Amino acid sequence: MGLKVVNRKAKDVNENIDLGTKLGPLSLPAPVLTASGCAGSGKELAAFFDLSKIGAVVTKSIMMNPRSGRATPRMSETPSGMLNSIGLQGPGVEAFMNDDVPWLAKTGARIIVSIAGNDVEEFARTATRVRRAGEVISAIEVNISCPNVSNRGLVFACDQGSAGEVISAVRRAVGSQFPIFAKLSPDVTDLVAIAKSCIEAGATGLAMINTMLGMVMDTTTMRPKVAGITGGLSGPAIRPVGVRAVWQVHAALPSVPIIGMGGIMTGNDALEYILAGASAVSVGTAIFHDPGAPLRIQNELSHLLSERGFTSLTEAIAFGHRKIVDPDDRA
Amino acid sequence: MNPGSFAPLQVQGEVISIKRVGEYFQMAIAAPGIAERTRPGQFVALSVGGDTTSTLLRRSFSIYAYDERGVFGGTIEIVFAVQGVGTRWLSQLQNHSLIDVVGPLGMPFPIPANPVKTLLVGGGYGAAPLLSLAELLRSRKCRVDLVLGASTGSRLFGIVEGRRAASQLTLVTEDGSVGLRGRVTDHLSDIVERNQSELIYACGPMGMLQAVAEFAKSRGISAQCSVEEEMACGIGVCMTCVLPIRGDDNIIRMTRACTAGPSFDGESVLWNDIGTIPAGTFGAVNS
Repeated sequence: MGLKVVNRKAKDVNENIDLGTKLGPLSLPAPVLTASGCAGSGKELAAFFDLSKIGAVVTKSIMMNPRSGRATPRMSETPSGMLNSIGLQGPGVEAFMNDDVPWLAKTGARIIVSIAGNDVEEFARTATRVRRAGEVISAIEVNISCPNVSNRGLVFACDQGSAGEVISAVRRAVGSQFPIFAKLSPDVTDLVAIAKSCIEAGATGLAMINTMLGMVMDTTTMRPKVAGITGGLSGPAIRPVGVRAVWQVHAALPSVPIIGMGGIMTGNDALEYILAGASAVSVGTAIFHDPGAPLRIQNELSHLLSERGFTSLTEAIAFGHRKIVDPDDRA
Repeated sequence: MNPGSFAPLQVQGEVISIKRVGEYFQMAIAAPGIAERTRPGQFVALSVGGDTTSTLLRRSFSIYAYDERGVFGGTIEIVFAVQGVGTRWLSQLQNHSLIDVVGPLGMPFPIPANPVKTLLVGGGYGAAPLLSLAELLRSRKCRVDLVLGASTGSRLFGIVEGRRAASQLTLVTEDGSVGLRGRVTDHLSDIVERNQSELIYACGPMGMLQAVAEFAKSRGISAQCSVEEEMACGIGVCMTCVLPIRGDDNIIRMTRACTAGPSFDGESVLWNDIGTIPAGTFGAVNS
């Protein structure tokens, strides 16, 4: 890493920085994605920015069959974040692929479909249906870590064996080349072990982190605030957890592509993840605050990279892990 | 939501006036482009807390008034009560404060094709979206009567405008401090009979909406109810503002208030089942 201008204030900011990134066989022209569950099926966000300008739209986790989700209240604002308990509401994969995907594809956006399932077979069947659409889908994100399921035992990403089983089944369903990313939870004892298990089972890369299991009490009703009792905590409140997760997994598995996420509100937050080892980032809760956030963050990231003397995003990936102390670092 | 003529905008707005009205605040915001697209019944979602906010979720407010040709360009007005940190922050804004505005959001109130006799029912500051609706209905030759209700007189909103916009204005307070004593629904029967109302529009607390919807159903007339549901984004992506709605196909779906509403036909809402997933709902785990 022969960059000489790190930590210097570059006088000439090069805005023509190469933002392209590679996630295994998947090449994306830009590194910012939407986070699953925070962008619907893309349509609602199209009013706010050009979806084709960001790396990809990651759609809300879809299951084999229609799903009503949980009762309301489904959310609670928390300090620098929110607790959600949606419960994977969705129309089912068939309706999603027929009704939502074609519209999104027409925008020119790259599409990564997030899938979920109650069991290994449902993941595989859902992946098979998504794959049938062919090249219109760039990749599948396998959501094995949604905290809003009735049985915590169903959080596959909390167990090495279950995580690997789901990923193997999805890998078999989609063929050996198609990019699949395992979405991981930070609510585990040994994240690296689960990450390794997913990679050994055939995951192209990893997406981390999902929301963290949390809870809010309503002191007026004196009951849990959300109907699902517990929910998933997201937003800047969990950003340091996400950056830590990316750092640890990248350190253990340096060749594995990681999509980093958790509380990214600004380009600076995105850069934290890139420096920790993420090759791309997802923007989630920030969209609720600012529907234009993904493209804004991407532009801010480009500027920050340029200010630091990088000419491409890829130079910055995992730059925080460098061991050699550059004399300029002490400046 | 169809991107196109109704596509919402995200703009940097500027507060051009804020004043107290009874127990509420009324705020006018110059928000270029939004007023031009607004129809009665739509809402805006505001970010609160400024650039370094820790309260990230948008606060949604009915658009009370909109003026495409205000002194400061397109202007929208909202009415709110201080209920938490977000609305407290809003109440402390000054003229020229900047605020991020997304809107117009949601579907406008449906407007009848022919002139009919309408009754508008507002609870508290829920009356806000009904005043521009009244003007629009009158321009379409509809008779407009208005009932404003609240727990007490200082919580009534829109009396002056209502007097101007409605053929007949009825005020109702639970404590009897202003107008008739009781709840608005205690007096609907008299008002509807007197004015031969054919269509009701209502906006206010959920309990009031349910009572209005049940009253309307008992009389065989239609009620459009603008609901208030907690929402994080306002634009249709967070899936928090859902309520059970029976569709024209008779299927119950957990439906987003932000994009399909906020106004629903009172008969389509499963009022008693709000806060649950009713048996038979589309995609319910045990249906």
